[in-house]
Amino acid sequence: MQAQYVTHYPLQEKPLFEAGERVRVRNAAPPGHIRTPFYIRGCAGEIERLCGAFPNPEELAQMRDGLPAKPLYRVRFAQKDVWPDYKGSPADVLEIEIFQHWLEKT
Amino acid sequence: MTDRGKYQPLSYFQLMEVTLRELLVEKGLITEEDVRRQVDDMRARTPERGARVVARAWSDTGFRQRLIDNGTKACEEIGLEVAPMRLVVVENSPRVHNVIVCTLCSCYPRPLLGIPPDWYKSRAYRSRMVREPRAVLKEFGLEMKDEIQIRVHDSTADMRYMVLPMRPAGTDGWNEERLASLVNRDSMIGVALPMAPESKDR
Amino acid sequence: MIQRGHHDMGGLDAGKVERTEHDYAGWERRVDALVMLMRRHRLTVDESRKNIEALPPEAYDRMSYYERWVASLAQTLIQRGIVTSDEIGRKMEDVCKRNT
Repeated sequence: MQAQYVTHYPLQEKPLFEAGERVRVRNAAPPGHIRTPFYIRGCAGEIERLCGAFPNPEELAQMRDGLPAKPLYRVRFAQKDVWPDYKGSPADVLEIEIFQHWLEKT
Repeated sequence: MTDRGKYQPLSYFQLMEVTLRELLVEKGLITEEDVRRQVDDMRARTPERGARVVARAWSDTGFRQRLIDNGTKACEEIGLEVAPMRLVVVENSPRVHNVIVCTLCSCYPRPLLGIPPDWYKSRAYRSRMVREPRAVLKEFGLEMKDEIQIRVHDSTADMRYMVLPMRPAGTDGWNEERLASLVNRDSMIGVALPMAPESKDR
Repeated sequence: MIQRGHHDMGGLDAGKVERTEHDYAGWERRVDALVMLMRRHRLTVDESRKNIEALPPEAYDRMSYYERWVASLAQTLIQRGIVTSDEIGRKMEDVCKRNT
C-alpha cells in the first residue's frame, strides 16, 4: 500500500504548537512543490487544531516517501490580518492547513 | 472509442489520452476494463451522495455530531465508503457561513460530490474567494449580512471539506429522502443555500 | 527561479466567476480514470500537481483542466520510467495513422 493511504501516521516528536496558540507563517519563497499558498506567507493566525501527521507533500512530489510524517495544523486567520483592504466583516476568517515547518512562534 | 458522434480528428491531448491508455494496457499496468469501471464509478459519484449525508445530519443530532467529529467514519455509518478521503464537514449556523475553495488546484470532496464544476477550478474563483468571499458569494446570488461570519476554507493539504448547510424552515416531519431532495451541490460547497420547501410541492 | 508559482493564485485580481459547467467528454473522464488508476502504482497526487505546476504560464492558462492533467500524467510516467518519450512518440504516430 502506498504511503499516502495509511490512515494514521505516528507523531515522531511532540508537536510544537497547541490549539489557540498564535503563530506566523514563515515568509519564505522556495522553489519546488509547495502547498503553503503565497498569499498567507508572513501572516499571523491562530492554531485551530492539530490535524495529525502527514507525509511531506514537498517530498512526495519528488517521488520520495515524504517520511517521517510532519505535524499538520489547521490555522485560522482573520481576513483583515491577511488583506489590508479587506472589505467584509472584521469577524470573517480564512482557515488553511499548514505544515509545522512553515510555522513559527510570534 | 466510439463516443464521437461525427468524425473529428483527435486533438493533441485526446491523442495523448489514447496513447497513454494503450501503452499502460500493453505494459500490463491497467486493463481497458479497469478504465471503464473507474469511469462508471466516478459517474456514480454524484452530489446525491453528499445530500444523503446532509439529510441524515439534519434528521439525527447524534449523527450530526459524529459527522463533525470524523466525517469519513460517519459516512461509513450510512454505507458511503469515502476513505481514503479525510472528510471535514463544516457546519453553517445562523451566525456562521462556510465556503470551500482550493486556491492551488481543485481539491474537492469528490467521493461525495463527484467531479468539480468548471467554475470551481477557474482562475476567478480560486483567486477571489479567499480575498473577497462576500463579493463572490453575491455573484452567486448569496448576499450575506455583516452579522454573519464568513469562514473560507482553502483546501491546501490532505483534508477535504464539505459544508453542512442549515436545514430550511418548514421541513418539520420530512423524511430523509425528501430532505435530501432540497440539498444541491452548490449548498455543500457554500455558494448557495439549500432549496426552499415550496420548491418541492408534494 | 520564480518566486510565486503561476498556479498559486489565491488573492490575485480576476474578473467575475463565469459559472460554466460542461458535461465532461469521454476522453476527459478517461484521463481522470487513468490518473486515479495509476495511484495503484504509487503515482502520487503530489507528482501530478508538481507536473501541472511546471507547465509554462501561457500553457497553464490556455489548456483545459484535463489537458493539463493528461500532459502532467505523461510527464509523471516518463519521470517514473514507466514509459519513455520514444514509446509515447511512436504510439502517438500509430494512433494518428489509425485515425486517418
